[in-house]
Amino acid sequence: MAERLAIYRRLIGAQVRGQASYRASFILDLVGQLVAPAIDVLAILAVFRVARTLGGFTAPEVLVMFGITATAFALADTTVGNIEKIREYVRRGLLDAVLVRPLSVLGQLLALDFTTRRATRILLGAAIFVAACARAGVDWTPARIAVAVLAPLWGAVFFGSVFIGAATVAFFWIDSGEFANGFTYGGRDFTSYPINVYSGVFRRLFAYSLGFAFVAYYPALTLLGRPDPLGLPGWIAWVSPLVSLAAALFAALAWRFGVRHYRSTGS
Amino acid sequence: MSAVIDVHGLRKEFTVTKRSGRLRRTRHRIAAVDGVDLVVERGETLGYLGPNGAGKSTTLKMLTGVLMPTSGAVRVCGLVPVSQRRRLASHIGVVFGQRSQLWWDLPLRDSFELARHIWRVPPSEHAARLARLRRDLELDSFLDTPVRQLSLGQRMRGELTIALLHGPAVLFLDEPTIGLDVVSKQAVRAFLTELRDTGDTTVVLTTHDLADIERLCRRLVVIDHGRVVHDGTLAALHERYGSRRRVLVELDEPLTGLEVLPGVTREAASPDGRSLTFSLDGSGLTAGELVARLAATGSLRDISVQEPEIEDVIARLYAAPAPRSSDPASPSGPGSAISGYSGSAESRTSSAGAPGS
Repeated sequence: MAERLAIYRRLIGAQVRGQASYRASFILDLVGQLVAPAIDVLAILAVFRVARTLGGFTAPEVLVMFGITATAFALADTTVGNIEKIREYVRRGLLDAVLVRPLSVLGQLLALDFTTRRATRILLGAAIFVAACARAGVDWTPARIAVAVLAPLWGAVFFGSVFIGAATVAFFWIDSGEFANGFTYGGRDFTSYPINVYSGVFRRLFAYSLGFAFVAYYPALTLLGRPDPLGLPGWIAWVSPLVSLAAALFAALAWRFGVRHYRSTGS
Repeated sequence: MSAVIDVHGLRKEFTVTKRSGRLRRTRHRIAAVDGVDLVVERGETLGYLGPNGAGKSTTLKMLTGVLMPTSGAVRVCGLVPVSQRRRLASHIGVVFGQRSQLWWDLPLRDSFELARHIWRVPPSEHAARLARLRRDLELDSFLDTPVRQLSLGQRMRGELTIALLHGPAVLFLDEPTIGLDVVSKQAVRAFLTELRDTGDTTVVLTTHDLADIERLCRRLVVIDHGRVVHDGTLAALHERYGSRRRVLVELDEPLTGLEVLPGVTREAASPDGRSLTFSLDGSGLTAGELVARLAATGSLRDISVQEPEIEDVIARLYAAPAPRSSDPASPSGPGSAISGYSGSAESRTSSAGAPGS
């Protein structure tokens, strides 16, 4: 096991060295990575210039949700986000080269396209999260500290599962285009806001059926010590880790099924 | 000791969707590989030949664990390729021309070092093999060049190296000389000849390039429309498809009254009757005997012997309809081969769009 991990570490190292040969692009990317989340924060603040509250939540309270989401998403994006390159691998038949090596397909793909370029977003997300908690006046208890530390982590597991689950679409549908992004980036945008601002079928689908409500919304309610405007009991926040585990299990099964399908239909 | 590659009734179907009308699509099942039997012993070098879309690459993918067969039994090194993919990967080396195993942005040397870890080769073994491959493939001048800056010929030599560094029992090569210049082609062929003649690595290579086959492969498997249409030596192929050696002679004076000789046809003659072309079908006189007869006439000035062109034979073979019987050795003369030409080119272009090409 340790030996296996060492091999993947070497693959990651090779990828990082390879990218270092494009130094200017690397630095531009690190900077560019900060622009998009900054604009997202400004968008939230712009909403609060015309409205005092959003779904009953103040700007710092919404930014707590945004901060959890941003940190969790950036963690997932850095570790497994590059799985979206599977589209290229399948379309150009590059998966063949991966399949003839004595290593796992998923492990190789994650290591082969590993990039540190998205890592700056983790720091930015965490900074927003901490600042928002301070402004929202979170009353820190040991339980809340645990939630503050763990929510971005299990949120990352959840987003990582979404990345992998959505990527498997590429095995079945060669020209899947932006379909997967609807769930990954779309899901991130969904969880950046309190879910009670969405309505009807859309909320039921994304928040509960797909589980996005458990990434940031319920943990944020626990941190803020507020009851759920939608009426679910307080302990629901503790379901979040279970939702993440279920998502991870589903993603693993979907992935296995996808690889098997690829092998029975070809590139 | 069982065969290194043991394949029975191998079949692979693909579903192909075709647009028919504005929105309607029709789906077809196409058999890219349609009942292939193949047994390859340790140390053999096998040429797997066929036109585009014949099923060469698809077969290779099923042998290497990339694709799951629709039906049929496959064993490579005693393993079932898809379900034992990782174990099999340690026993085989693969060069898929267009799908590189090398790290694009890193010096070539780094890819070899990574391969040592991926295939878990003991350092001393790795060093010994790398030293040998560096010498045989003359890698030293570009070992520190990033792969993206290598010429195609250099890159192919790198691909061969990385495929062999873990000492595989079988080396699979998909179009190893495609796109290479003459010098690089010769270098690759010379290396593979050396590999064939030393050690006991089994080599299976697909190619379009008949010169690869002539130089490298004692055994030739020709596949067309997913079926094996020939399995044997090159000589057997010539014999079966009636290819002829030609004897071209220059005479001092026109030949008069040469009686009909068994197995010899006079194909062409110059107007003055002093240069003649004879063809030999192998059933009667040998080239030597014919030359002896001609020499006896006393006016022989020059002779040359033309070997049959493998291209011609293969072209005839491709034009022939795929044999319906499961016995690929059933004799079919060149006459029937040519008569079967009509329409088969059409169906080939359609299957060429199938995956795996």
